[in-house]
Amino acid sequence: MLKNQELNNMAKSCFLLLISLFAPGILFAADSISGNVVKQSVNSTAIIMFLVFVCATLGITYWAARRTRSRKDFYAAGGNITGFQNGLAIAGDYMSAASFLGISGLVFASGFDGLIYSIGFLVGWPIILFLLAERLRNLGKYTFADAVSYRLHPVRIRSLAACGTLVVVLLYLVAQMVGAGKLIQLLFGLEYHYAVVIVGVLMILYVTFGGMLATTWVQIIKAVLLLFGASFMALMVMEKMDFSFEMLFTRAINLHDKGLAIMSPGGLVSDPVSAISLGLALMFGTAGLPHILMRFFTVPNAKEARKSIFYATGFIGYFYILTFIIGFGAIVMLVNNPEYIDPEGGGIMGGNNMAAIHLAKAVGGEMFLGFISAVAFATILAVVSGLTLSGASAISHDLYASVIKHGKVHEGEEIKVSRIATICLGIAAIYLGIVFEQQNVAYMVGLAFAIAASVNFPILFLSMYWKKLTTKGAFIGGSLGLVTAVTCMILGPTIWVDILGNPEAIFPYKHPALFSMTAAFAGIYIFSVTDSRQEISDMETAFKDQYVRSQTGLGAEGSTQH
Amino acid sequence: MQQFYKKIYDDPKFHELEGKRGKFSWCLALAVLVIYYAFILIIAFRPEIFAIPLSDNSVITWGIPVGVFVIIISFLLTGIYVWRANNEFDQIGQDLIEHHVKKSGTE
Repeated sequence: MLKNQELNNMAKSCFLLLISLFAPGILFAADSISGNVVKQSVNSTAIIMFLVFVCATLGITYWAARRTRSRKDFYAAGGNITGFQNGLAIAGDYMSAASFLGISGLVFASGFDGLIYSIGFLVGWPIILFLLAERLRNLGKYTFADAVSYRLHPVRIRSLAACGTLVVVLLYLVAQMVGAGKLIQLLFGLEYHYAVVIVGVLMILYVTFGGMLATTWVQIIKAVLLLFGASFMALMVMEKMDFSFEMLFTRAINLHDKGLAIMSPGGLVSDPVSAISLGLALMFGTAGLPHILMRFFTVPNAKEARKSIFYATGFIGYFYILTFIIGFGAIVMLVNNPEYIDPEGGGIMGGNNMAAIHLAKAVGGEMFLGFISAVAFATILAVVSGLTLSGASAISHDLYASVIKHGKVHEGEEIKVSRIATICLGIAAIYLGIVFEQQNVAYMVGLAFAIAASVNFPILFLSMYWKKLTTKGAFIGGSLGLVTAVTCMILGPTIWVDILGNPEAIFPYKHPALFSMTAAFAGIYIFSVTDSRQEISDMETAFKDQYVRSQTGLGAEGSTQH
Repeated sequence: MQQFYKKIYDDPKFHELEGKRGKFSWCLALAVLVIYYAFILIIAFRPEIFAIPLSDNSVITWGIPVGVFVIIISFLLTGIYVWRANNEFDQIGQDLIEHHVKKSGTE
């Protein structure tokens, strides 16, 4: 028993050291925070609905597996996904359980402030469309590193890009796994460990056998179910309010502890530096998330890539408006309703993040509660599958095929490596999910966004827009961004004070993106312009070809021209 | 392939395309950034603006329709970009490829 505990602690510290680089003593963080999740009685409707979803998606995986033969099939679903389908899948990747339950919970707890997060998450999309999507689609093949290494030295730049990808993927995965375990305890009445193992095993099955095709369809199905469920809830809320927002808000104000304050910005965004920094992380982090960027290679051309963002922005925007109504609906229907109040704590049962789940029961009964619970579980499955596939392709396509084998690798061998990588990532995710059970992992998604915004985004953006960018500049600048983001996060209030228990934060802001992005861009600039003359002029020459290809799509993957 | 890239790069029509598209996409990106950061800066510096009710007998504050507006305008701007890029810009790009690649391919 004791030995087990020690092992757990060691694993925790290894992982944290890996992501932190400079954190002696982080070991002691292990038990400072413990979740207060109460296991519920077994919910059979939810389990049956979830089993139906699992059977359907495994059927799809079987179908997809028979169509997954080449590298292009495995990484990019053969490039045959339409813009509309990809739009739904992107929306599926983005509408995670965290954003469904988290944002409606945030609206439930503080009203208007929830909208600030929604908007931050949304506005990244137009920027991706205007500045990145078509160039990325025209230059790349399977991963965003393909586009970055178009003219930069592939070995160094792919090592950095793969590193950026894996750190983001692992942080995100751990947050999802822990969330999955807790959610399932609450929703299904299953043990935490079972839940984590089920999620891990299913995700390995989808990705290993069905590759991107199965992952995409799992996303699409889940996105449709989630949009349907959320629409139904919002509609029922509005129906009870005679379709009057005035009535919805008035009743919410009367019931909520904070009263009128829920209608205006509150303490969520306290100082301007944090506000801007958070805004940067949300906006440019989205533009650097590897599992999202990978989706642009599943469509046949830049035209469809653009359309997919248009649809995705529409679905995501619509979804966030729904979560706002759902959050306010939860205030009106759950507060003062003894059925949903925790008799001991006085708050809502299971915490604010359960607001949407309880509301499902309040508006649609046991049956609908089961449906929404199953959808929430399905959501986690779909998101972790996308993440794992993107992590696996960073290992097989960027690290193995390009860095280790210098591009001289047989197609079958590369697919085999990515399948092995998928299984390893899956096992790692299960393991870390169990290790981090009692930890507060909320900061991990924030850190993942900050790293995506300070490593992946700067090198991708500048490789497309700045002809003087050199490999040295991108490598050093990107690494600086990574180190700064992680260091600031550890020394900031979230980890240094809340988790490590120190009285005062060394770095005063919660969100490091403003500083880490500045470090990355400055580093890239300085180390590029001071690079050798020869290197700079080579890059400028290569940039011309890249520029024509990125603008016209001539020579792009999957194009009919040769 | 490289010879085609060079030919297209030297074609003034290519620079016309890249100029037009560049201007258009940066303008739209700037519009989104200005709208979003105006929203965030109001929240950071003057949150009371968003606490003003729409009218005397309404509890709905300005913050809510403005927030929803930011979501809707983001969607509309993506629509505008996709529409112009998929029609006008792609056509110019396609013409360039036809002119330089297909023509020289038959020579």
